[in-house]
Amino acid sequence: MEKGDPIIKVENLVAGYGDTVILEHISFNVYPGEIFVILGGSGCGKSTLLKHLIGLIKPLSGVITIDGEIVTEEDEESFKRIIRKIGVLYQSSALLGSMTLGENIALPIKEYSGLDPESVERIVRMKLKLVGLEGFENHLPSEISGGMKKRAGLARAIALNPAILMFDEPSAGLDPVTSAGLDELILDLNKNSGTTMVIVTHELSSIFTIADRIIMLDRKTKGIIAEGDPRYLRDHSPDPYVKEFFNPVKEKRG
Amino acid sequence: MKKSENTGQPDSIQYSLSDNEGGLLLSLSGRLDTENAGAFLREIKEGLKGTQARSVTVDLSGLTYLDDYGVMVLTEIRDMLVNRDAFSIINANERISNFLSIMAFDSTGMPGIRKKKWINPFESLGGETIKVMDDFRFMLAFLGEVSLALFNVLRHPGSLRVGDTVHFMQRAGVEALPIVALINFLLGLIIAFMSSIQLRQFGADIYVASLVALAMAYELSPVMTCILVAGRSGSSFASEIGTMKVSEEIDALFTMGFNPVRFLVVPRVLASLIVVPVLTLFADIFAILGGLFVGVFILDLTTTAYIGQTFRSLTLFYLFWGVMKSCVFAVVIAWVGCLRGFQVRGGADSVGKATTSAVVTGIFMIIILDSVFAIIHIYWL
Ligand SMILES: Nc1ncnc2c1ncn2[C@@H]1O[C@H](COP(=O)(O)OP(=O)(O)O)[C@@H](O)[C@H]1O
Ligand SMILES: [Mg+2]
Repeated sequence: MEKGDPIIKVENLVAGYGDTVILEHISFNVYPGEIFVILGGSGCGKSTLLKHLIGLIKPLSGVITIDGEIVTEEDEESFKRIIRKIGVLYQSSALLGSMTLGENIALPIKEYSGLDPESVERIVRMKLKLVGLEGFENHLPSEISGGMKKRAGLARAIALNPAILMFDEPSAGLDPVTSAGLDELILDLNKNSGTTMVIVTHELSSIFTIADRIIMLDRKTKGIIAEGDPRYLRDHSPDPYVKEFFNPVKEKRG
Repeated sequence: MKKSENTGQPDSIQYSLSDNEGGLLLSLSGRLDTENAGAFLREIKEGLKGTQARSVTVDLSGLTYLDDYGVMVLTEIRDMLVNRDAFSIINANERISNFLSIMAFDSTGMPGIRKKKWINPFESLGGETIKVMDDFRFMLAFLGEVSLALFNVLRHPGSLRVGDTVHFMQRAGVEALPIVALINFLLGLIIAFMSSIQLRQFGADIYVASLVALAMAYELSPVMTCILVAGRSGSSFASEIGTMKVSEEIDALFTMGFNPVRFLVVPRVLASLIVVPVLTLFADIFAILGGLFVGVFILDLTTTAYIGQTFRSLTLFYLFWGVMKSCVFAVVIAWVGCLRGFQVRGGADSVGKATTSAVVTGIFMIIILDSVFAIIHIYWL
């Protein structure tokens, strides 16, 4: 399981909003190039954990390091360096509604790469092509379907070829075929550029297709109740909740 | 495991240019990736400009890593040539030639992106009540952030989003003009009419002109105009930003490394600061026209007499005092509108509450500040 130094390191994190603690005693590592999946029931704090990893919310206590740098560092330079390494695909795609897909994707490229407009356009076209949205650069987000929005959000997240990609329920609200297509895209990206992936999902089929390693969060204990290879956990976990999560249909029929 | 391929050192591309049977041979070695593609492209374009090369051969034998930004660079070099077939790539290693074919290197012709028109971003509504203490702390923190952002724009004027600013000037200013003009015309008319009933008893009809000019320019037209702007634009600022907050757009801006305050608030505050004083001057003119209407048609004054009396009593100080107040109100309205937008938490319904709150707080602040101005004028000037 060891693959050198972890790229994301979470130590004794207590996560929450103001006085409310959502998660406590959270420690785990994510290693470069791996596909790491965060599981758990609705409302157990998966999105909250992801927002802490990005640095959108400060931990109540504990330390998160990305590539050796502490995420919540006040220093603006180090913050920018970290942000630059992360691409995020939000649950709602989070495309800016007043801009076309092309402009959405061009936004981070213009800000960081220092390319002139023509080169930016070329990159935008390549990214759209990569996610299968060739020719859609002049559409507004309101003019395309949910699955296409997800792909466009992905194109924006990979605009600067980040070392880490984070996904919040990429397949939520998508039909199985579209969601399988998205999984394939994720696998391709991981294989071709070695991007580390942190994915929040409940989709059982995608978990077994893409995950190298998972952690499972639980609302009652506010902590991690299972960690490791999903296939192994499915067959060998002693925890009844973990078992039910992986075998929901069997449990009911049995 | 493959991490180093993606992060890499920014300085690790080397190249050399040499003649090759009438054409140019460009040898690359090291990495050509997201980090160094922009700088390299500029350099190589400079290098190629003077040479008038008819053909270019790119030797990739020393290149260890290439990503899509690198492919873009190769495409640009190719497209600089008059004849695309005069471009060739040699000695690419297996990984790189695979990648070039995945990227369909030969078919990346790029038409331009059409400039799209602005759409009105009134999207959805919603909200949740805001706690008073947090509210106050947040207000102060936000005031600090906005001041910093404005200061930053003063230092780097290039960073201002000019297009957005002009757009908001149009919406807060030009589109507000008809209603501002109408309301102030009617207000001038009403004041003239009401005061004439009293003044007539003393044969002081002509002083209606003074009263209308002073009351409007000094007090009522800045306040009325700003209340209208608070209702029209303060509310729409809150709902736009609130909607963006709900749909994670602000988080997205943040993770892309933008400062949401600079990105969203500065254009709105600047736009109001520019258009509101102008609206106020228009309001003054229309109010005086309203008074003139009553003076001429009801009090039987002559137009010349009315206008003359207006100019005699309305000093520049009063006029500019009113305009100056409107500038302060303008900043406060835009600031409160954006503040309420940023305070939106949760679902779409909290945007509605933020909108209401933006208007109520805006009007409240206008009245409070107006009292402060009155006190300053009486006791300090
Ligand atoms: N901005 C917020 N302020 C306070 N509580 C929140 C906020 N966002 C989410 N929560 C609470 O945190 C818990 C976990 O939410 P979330 O991380 O979104 O769950 P999920 O695992 O479904 O993504 C929920 O109980 C939710 O009510
Ligand atoms: Mg969630």
